[in-house]
Amino acid sequence: MKYIVAIIQPDRLHEVMDELDKQDVHLVTVTEVMGHGRQKGQAQVYRGHKEAGRLLRKVKLEIAVNDDFVKKTVAAITTGARTEQIGDGKIFVLPLEGCTRIRTGEAGAMAIG
Amino acid sequence: MKRTMTVLPFAWVALALSGMAMGAEEPSGLNTGDTAWMLTASALVLLMTPGLAFFYGGLVRRKNILSVLMQCFMCMCLMTVLWVLVGYSLAFSDQSMLGGMFGNFKHLFLREVGYDGGDHGAVPKQLFMIFQGMFAIITPALILGAFAERMKFVGFCVFMSLWLLLVYCPVCHWVWGGATGFFGLGNDGALDFAGGTVVHINAGIAALMAAFVLGKRQGYPERISPPHNLPFAVLGAGLLWFGWFGFNAGSAVASNASAANAFVVTHVATAAAGLTWSIIEWIRNKKPTVLGMITGAVAGLVAITPASGSVNTMGALGVGAGAGLICYIFVAAVKPAFGYDDSLDVFGVHGVGGIWGAIAAGLWATDLVPGNDTNGLFYGNAGQVAIQIKAVVYTLIWSGVVSLVLFKLVDVIVGIKADDHEERVGLDLTEHAEAAYTVVD
Repeated sequence: MKYIVAIIQPDRLHEVMDELDKQDVHLVTVTEVMGHGRQKGQAQVYRGHKEAGRLLRKVKLEIAVNDDFVKKTVAAITTGARTEQIGDGKIFVLPLEGCTRIRTGEAGAMAIG
Repeated sequence: MKRTMTVLPFAWVALALSGMAMGAEEPSGLNTGDTAWMLTASALVLLMTPGLAFFYGGLVRRKNILSVLMQCFMCMCLMTVLWVLVGYSLAFSDQSMLGGMFGNFKHLFLREVGYDGGDHGAVPKQLFMIFQGMFAIITPALILGAFAERMKFVGFCVFMSLWLLLVYCPVCHWVWGGATGFFGLGNDGALDFAGGTVVHINAGIAALMAAFVLGKRQGYPERISPPHNLPFAVLGAGLLWFGWFGFNAGSAVASNASAANAFVVTHVATAAAGLTWSIIEWIRNKKPTVLGMITGAVAGLVAITPASGSVNTMGALGVGAGAGLICYIFVAAVKPAFGYDDSLDVFGVHGVGGIWGAIAAGLWATDLVPGNDTNGLFYGNAGQVAIQIKAVVYTLIWSGVVSLVLFKLVDVIVGIKADDHEERVGLDLTEHAEAAYTVVD
C-alpha cells in the first residue's frame, strides 16, 4: 500500500480527476494549500503597490492505493497536471502502514479500494 | 451655555438661506416635493448596479468575482462620462436625426440642460438627466452576466461604450425621447413606464448575442462549479429589489399617485414572482432553493417594469406570477435544450421577463391607474397588445442585430474572448492582478 501526495496547479484539478477516473482511481482527498516552489507567481497589485506573493495557491491531492495502482495513479496525475511550465507541481509516493474503513472495520488492502 | 451652543448653528443656517434667496434667483418651474423624490430615486437606481454586481458576483466562481464587480463599477464610471458628454443628447434631444433613429446633438456636453423644470416634469433638467444616466449605467451592466468569466476587459470596455451610444441611446430615444414616425414607439402609445423594452429586452437580447459570439465557458455545462457565494447573490437581489423602487416609482418623475402605484405594484409583482418560482421548484424538485426564489423575484422586478405605470395591484399579481412561471420554464427547460452558455441567465430573466412584462402591460393596463389613460386586453382594448408586440419586435431586431455586429467588430479590433490560460486561472488574477480571497494570511 502506498500513500500518494500530489501538489498541482489549481486550474488542472479537473483534468487530473478525469485522468484518475479513467484509471479507476475514485477515492481522492483534495485540499487547497499555499506553496512555494521555484515558480515566481502571478503578481498582485493593491493600490499601486506590487506584492509578488511568495506563497502561491496550489491544490493538494491525497490518494491511498494498493501497490498495483501506484504507477497508473502517478501517470494519471502527471498527464492531467502537466503543462511543461514551471510550477506544474510534484508527486510524492509514501509507504502506507495501514488502512481501516470506519463503517465496516475492514482493514488493509480490502479497505483501500 | 449649552442651549446657546445648540441654537447657534441653526441661526447660521437661517442666515445662509436668507442670503441665498436674496442673492440667486431660484430656477423656475420646480416642485420641491417632486425634486426631493427624484434626488432620492436617482440614488436608489444607482445602488442597483453594485447590487447587480453582488447578485452576479456571488453566482460566478471565486476566481472571477472581482472581474464581475470591476465590470459593474466600470459601467458606473465609463457610462456616466459618456452619458454627460454625448449619450443624453442622442437619447433625449427633442430634435431627432437620421429619420428619428437618434436624438441630435442639441444637448452635446449638456448644452441647454439647466436647472429649471419643464420638459420632463417639475424637476431640474439636470436632475432628470442624471436620473436617466443611472439607467444608462445599469442597462449595459445587465449584459455582462451573459459573458461572465470569459470576456477580456479591454473588449468589455470598448463594446460597452459602443453599445451605449449605438443601441441604448436610440432605443431610449424611440420610447422615451419623443421620436416620431417609423421609430416613434412612445408616440404609438406603447406602454413602457420604466424600461421593459429600453432596459431589459434591450440588454437581454444583446446578452443572447454575446453568448453566441463568445461561445461556452470551458467545461460547460457539466463541469462548471456551483455559485461560489450564494449569500452575496441574496444580498445583491435584496439591493436590486430596494433600488427598483427608485427605478419604477421614480419613472413617474413626480411625487404623486402614479409613483405610489408604481411603488406598490413593483413590490407586489416581485413577491408574486418569487413565490411562484419557489412553488414550482417545491413541486418539481421537492425542495425550494434560495437561488430559485431570488431569481424569481428578479424576474418579477423585470416584468413589472414596463407595466408599473398602467396596471393596478391585482394586475401586478398576474404580471408577477406569469414572470415566475415563464422565466422558470425558459431557464430550466428551454436554455438547456438549446445548450448555449448565457452564464447567468440574462436573456432568460431579463429578455424573457421583459418581453412578458411588455405584453402583460398590454393585457392588464387599466385607466383606473392614476396617470394612465390606456386600457389593455382585459379592459376591452385588444389593440394595445399589438402595439406592445411591435415595440418588443423593434427592440429585439435593433439590439440583436447591432449588438451582434458590435461584438464581431470589437473582436476584430481588440479581441473579446480571454484566452484558455486566462480563463483557467481566472480573470481576477489575469485581468486585474488581484485575488478576492486569501487562503492563509
